[in-house]
Amino acid sequence: MSEIAERGYAKPEALVSTQWVADHRDAPGVVIVESNEDPLLYSSGHIPGAVEVDWIRDLNDPVVRDYLKEQKFAALMSRIGATADSTVVFYGDKNNWWACYAAWVFHLFGHTNCKIMDGGRLKWQKEGREMTRQVPHPNPTDYPAKPRDDGAIRAFRDQVLAHVAKQGKLIDVRSPEEFTGERLHMEAYPNEGALRGGHIPGARSVPWAKAIHPEDGTFLDADELRNLYEGKAGLSSADDVIVYCRIGERSSHTWFVLHYLLGYPNVRNYDGSWTEWGNLVGAPIER
Amino acid sequence: MIPPRLEEVLSDLALLADRQERIDYLIALGQEFVNPGPDEVPRTPENRVPGCESEAYVTKRDGQIKIAVDNPQGISAMAMAAILMQSLPGEDPASIQEVPEDIVYRIFGNELSMGKSMGLTGMVRMVKALAVG
Repeated sequence: MSEIAERGYAKPEALVSTQWVADHRDAPGVVIVESNEDPLLYSSGHIPGAVEVDWIRDLNDPVVRDYLKEQKFAALMSRIGATADSTVVFYGDKNNWWACYAAWVFHLFGHTNCKIMDGGRLKWQKEGREMTRQVPHPNPTDYPAKPRDDGAIRAFRDQVLAHVAKQGKLIDVRSPEEFTGERLHMEAYPNEGALRGGHIPGARSVPWAKAIHPEDGTFLDADELRNLYEGKAGLSSADDVIVYCRIGERSSHTWFVLHYLLGYPNVRNYDGSWTEWGNLVGAPIER
Repeated sequence: MIPPRLEEVLSDLALLADRQERIDYLIALGQEFVNPGPDEVPRTPENRVPGCESEAYVTKRDGQIKIAVDNPQGISAMAMAAILMQSLPGEDPASIQEVPEDIVYRIFGNELSMGKSMGLTGMVRMVKALAVG
């Protein structure tokens, strides 16, 4: 894979290489965060100095279906040793799926100085780089609690309904089986399921993982991404785009691609996603 | 009745109130897992566990169930495979059918994503199906 700077991204500074992380992981003001789907992975070994942010325990409200509130976010940032000026570098399993999700939530609180480590945990491991089971305990910081701003990059149900009505652009990043309605949910976990299958009317299907090279988890270059999202899915950078999946995590990955790598200014993630839409009485559905 | 060695694992986990202790226990199990080679578990499409992204394979050879996990990042899948391989050999098929459908939830708790849960449950289902096959 080519160097990040040579791939033609709109905002290449949002993506860093494994070598960059190796070189900067101890630098002042840099916080390395591992965020995974598999809850065992971080404890089994991680980049030295990296802290863990767990998508369930750390980012979601335990009662209401929503993200954490400002005081909890400030406490989280204090725990991981981040200040308002910190550069937070995310990486994780599943081609950075959860890393992008965590970065997206950080953006809701205005912490936009975030980067993704290209290739994620898999690439770091494949390169034989150092890993440790030692959990760091950063000095707590005094992170200023700022209200969450859901306006710019998050979409809610009624906004999606209005978006559909005006034939706005939607990208469904789930698997083709979920897009067609063939797959609803698994028996033992109906809390992530839906009563109806299909997709939001007008949505185009671009499964999230199409944006990466499967062999090492690195992102496609800008031309390849444009071919995927513009050539095949009909987007343009001027569009107001809403992305969604099942609970908003896979679509965070696509949000990162569209907003940072292709430079689209208006991309919102509908985190209610199919678990809300597919259960919503009267919501229009296409198959 | 749940196979006794599986019941022991569940009892051990029930004693671990601390989340990190549970995680360390499961990691240790996963690290004990010895991945069988292709001679023992052929990596064929029909042996592959559907829905498991950790590239898990299950087969039955000489009456014994064998599980392979090829993804080095699949630590949860390796832990699940280790638990099954420590618990089920020697059990009769009827006993293996008693492995509960919610075993993945009982081992890993509610922190697994749907995709991860689906893969691990697929492994358990495949083991149960092959046990009587």
